[in-house]
Amino acid sequence: MSTVAVVVFPGSNCEHDVVRALRELGGDARLVWHGDDSLGSADAVVLPGGFAHGDYLRPGAIARFSPVMSAVARFAADGGPVVGICNGFQVLTEAGLLPGALRRNSGLRFVCETVTCTVVSSHSVLTAGVSPGTRLSLPINHGEGSFTCDPDTLARLESSGQVVLRYDGDPNGSVGRVAGVASREGNVVGLMPHPERASAGILGSDDGVVLLESLLHSASRGRPRRAVVSI
Amino acid sequence: MRFDVHVEVSGLEGIADPEGQTIERALPALGFTGVDSVHVGKVVRFALDAPDERSARATAEEMCARLLANPVIETAVVTLSPRSGALSLHEEGRG
Repeated sequence: MSTVAVVVFPGSNCEHDVVRALRELGGDARLVWHGDDSLGSADAVVLPGGFAHGDYLRPGAIARFSPVMSAVARFAADGGPVVGICNGFQVLTEAGLLPGALRRNSGLRFVCETVTCTVVSSHSVLTAGVSPGTRLSLPINHGEGSFTCDPDTLARLESSGQVVLRYDGDPNGSVGRVAGVASREGNVVGLMPHPERASAGILGSDDGVVLLESLLHSASRGRPRRAVVSI
Repeated sequence: MRFDVHVEVSGLEGIADPEGQTIERALPALGFTGVDSVHVGKVVRFALDAPDERSARATAEEMCARLLANPVIETAVVTLSPRSGALSLHEEGRG
């Protein structure tokens, strides 16, 4: 059984949802406090949604210096699967483990709705089991989720399959309507939509299950040794 | 020496500034016409002890690179003023 470490920062608020969703799918998930300097024997890591450290300065700006983040960076450099959801995505970009940045939504609009996204690339631990072109109905819930990077970076991400999930519409002004990106190796992934909130029919959608199952499957394969993460 | 440090963080050229755009759209509604190029940034102020101005600037700029600004989307401009015996800028600002 794969063990997933779900990191809890002061201000995280989706950690229990992630743990529950992963357990329902047969994974072993446990919470890890941000002040810990080890991930234990985790096979994968999730940085959940919320408002780590109050989102002060910029979302993720303070969280990236939490003691656990050194262990997350080492785990990622070894090729371990790391997924950041919403605020977790913001933390991973601030930590330099993913390219780009998340800015205030266009029109300063806080968005809280279910949107349709399309899986663009299977080149990530979160989308490895999903065919490109698959459309997923997933909730988003954020004020600063507008993915931003310079045009050259976007072109590179597109051509290398690092854009893994794209909004069908334009809920927040993200360049290229990017909803999720991966590191070059595909083992670090960030996305603004919440797959854990779409993990059972009673929640309105179970479209997030294929993503979480991909993560558990990637975790169960063990991690290849790699020297660095390149974004 | 003690320095008053003023760091102005603003968005990189070409990066969307939804706050600036929203303010730019709001001003004409209040009768302010002829306004364009509105940009919103943030200011971080602090006092810093350092041996001299050069090292104070180097320290402040390292703070910008590592925490105060995100170089992917922002730039930071550091302004330093040595604190003399008179009132500091910071204290004057409190009125």
